[in-house]
Amino acid sequence: MSLELRDLRVDIGGRPIVSGISLRVPDGQFAGLLGPNGSGKSTILKAIYRVHRPAAGQILLDGADLLRLRARQAARRIAVVAQESPVEFGFTVTELVMIGRTPHKGPFDRDGARDREIVADAIARVGCAALAGRSFHTLSGGEKQRVLIARALAQQADHLILDEPTNHLDIRYQTEILELVAGLGVTVLAAVHDLSLAGLFCDAVHLLGEGRLAAAGPPAEVITPKVIRAVYGADVLVIGHPETGAPQLLHRPASGARTERTVSEIPPLQA
Amino acid sequence: MRESVTAVRPDRRLPPPVMLAGSAVLLLVVMAAAVGIGSVAVSPGAVWHVITSHLAGRQAATVNDEIIWQIRLPRVLLAAVVGAALTTAGTVVQVLVRNPLADPYLLGISSGASVGATAVLLFGAFASLGLWAVSAGSIIGALLAMATVFAVARQGGTLAPTQLILCGVVMAAFFEAITSFLIFRGNPQATQSVLFWLLGSFGLATWSQLPLPAASLLAVVGYLITQGRALNALAMGPEAAASLGVEVHRLRRDLYIATSLVAGVAVAVSGVIGFVGLVVPHIVRLLVGSDHRRVLPAGALAGAAFMTAADLLARTIVAPQEMPIGVITAFIGAPALVILIRRRPYLYGTPG
Repeated sequence: MSLELRDLRVDIGGRPIVSGISLRVPDGQFAGLLGPNGSGKSTILKAIYRVHRPAAGQILLDGADLLRLRARQAARRIAVVAQESPVEFGFTVTELVMIGRTPHKGPFDRDGARDREIVADAIARVGCAALAGRSFHTLSGGEKQRVLIARALAQQADHLILDEPTNHLDIRYQTEILELVAGLGVTVLAAVHDLSLAGLFCDAVHLLGEGRLAAAGPPAEVITPKVIRAVYGADVLVIGHPETGAPQLLHRPASGARTERTVSEIPPLQA
Repeated sequence: MRESVTAVRPDRRLPPPVMLAGSAVLLLVVMAAAVGIGSVAVSPGAVWHVITSHLAGRQAATVNDEIIWQIRLPRVLLAAVVGAALTTAGTVVQVLVRNPLADPYLLGISSGASVGATAVLLFGAFASLGLWAVSAGSIIGALLAMATVFAVARQGGTLAPTQLILCGVVMAAFFEAITSFLIFRGNPQATQSVLFWLLGSFGLATWSQLPLPAASLLAVVGYLITQGRALNALAMGPEAAASLGVEVHRLRRDLYIATSLVAGVAVAVSGVIGFVGLVVPHIVRLLVGSDHRRVLPAGALAGAAFMTAADLLARTIVAPQEMPIGVITAFIGAPALVILIRRRPYLYGTPG
């Protein structure tokens, strides 16, 4: 159960958006794809879930070429929670999660007892059992995101792709969602906008800058002031999380009073 | 902000067999009433007698026979078929362009058909086809409009929802301008019949008009029912649908062709009847939920019943004159939609 990109290049409108992307997400790892807006995070993910066709390179699933699989077969291996929102026609949570069974069903197959079991289980795993009969559009942002993850779980794929799953969510839901994803035990590649959240939850991160991989490794090695300045052009401080030691970002005002004293009091990263 | 998750609204939707049987019974009752009611009332027994004798191959030259078999039955059946066709097309177009306020005419089908029909009615185009000239003109117009919108919207290789809406609206405005131009240049007497056609009517229904719309309806509904899951996935968004194993480009193209066909043929036999394809899908979704495997069959039955009832009103409400059916569907449909929008925020999405 691993996902590997080899020298991937994706062009949009004849212009290379990302190139030379090589990375590997081993079995069960929660990998974060980081980078500034427009650095190509979504483009890479969309190449994996077949919205963009790579101009060069390979996408390998357990060593086999993913793009050679038919769309239905690929959907049984990789589930996606994309950024777009469903049309709000009033699907209930159960109906919406049942849509995750699509790649397993032929045109004339009905929903069987097994499908209903899988759907109920997926809803329970994201902690939404009490919402099963509710209309999707009545849910809060965090609940919606959970339900979309349940839909991906009902797909029974062993790889999960998430495109900025915490976008537009309140802080409580941001940690809730990432904690949920980290605990699922599947192989995850997620575009994450917030570097501190990535530092807290990801096993490994891959940092993109201008369409190329700028750095990769454990969060503590990638999320450093030097790397951030090089990729984002931002002057930041990185400290170790007081409880976990994970790298956390502190913003610095571009101008104004700074004293050596306040900086030196901050515990160093490798504490 | 949501305070608690304990207030679970129970699923009050009807189970599918009950819902389907209910819609079918409703449709039959409405059709039976529509065949019996009119300037001459015919008892259900007499209606039954006429129909069974015809089915058995016996024909009686009675007044009842003439009224039921030659006039009312083809009219009721055509109204039912067109109602089902417009509702089916509306349901699919709403998913295709990801907009609950879309209707089958959004893609330029009706305005293209209007150009064709107007050309026939005002200038006698296709005169050699006789009675079929208006139908032929509007089908050709609808197909041309559909092909134009499709070609323009496809720039860049994909049928993106926003592009499709924009192209549809722009091309519809363009075709409507052509219709207005033709009316302006045409002879004033013929303009009357154009106006009548533009508002829609089943007043000229004959048996010979039925096979084409009925066959296209059956074919398209049959195809769509096999695509119920794919439609549900598409409602999640094109990218989500792709990640669920749906071949989105092909599905969009096929849905576009299927809805254009079924709506174009309906417009050709009945004129432009508004609101049915917009409102009925939503009423059905409120009753049976959003799963297209239920919405499609229930919608076809409900649309048929709605159109049959509207046509019954159109020919009885100001008898012996006949109201254009588009007036009736708009009088019922517009308030119904306003109530729906106010009661169901999902039509406009949730606020905030």
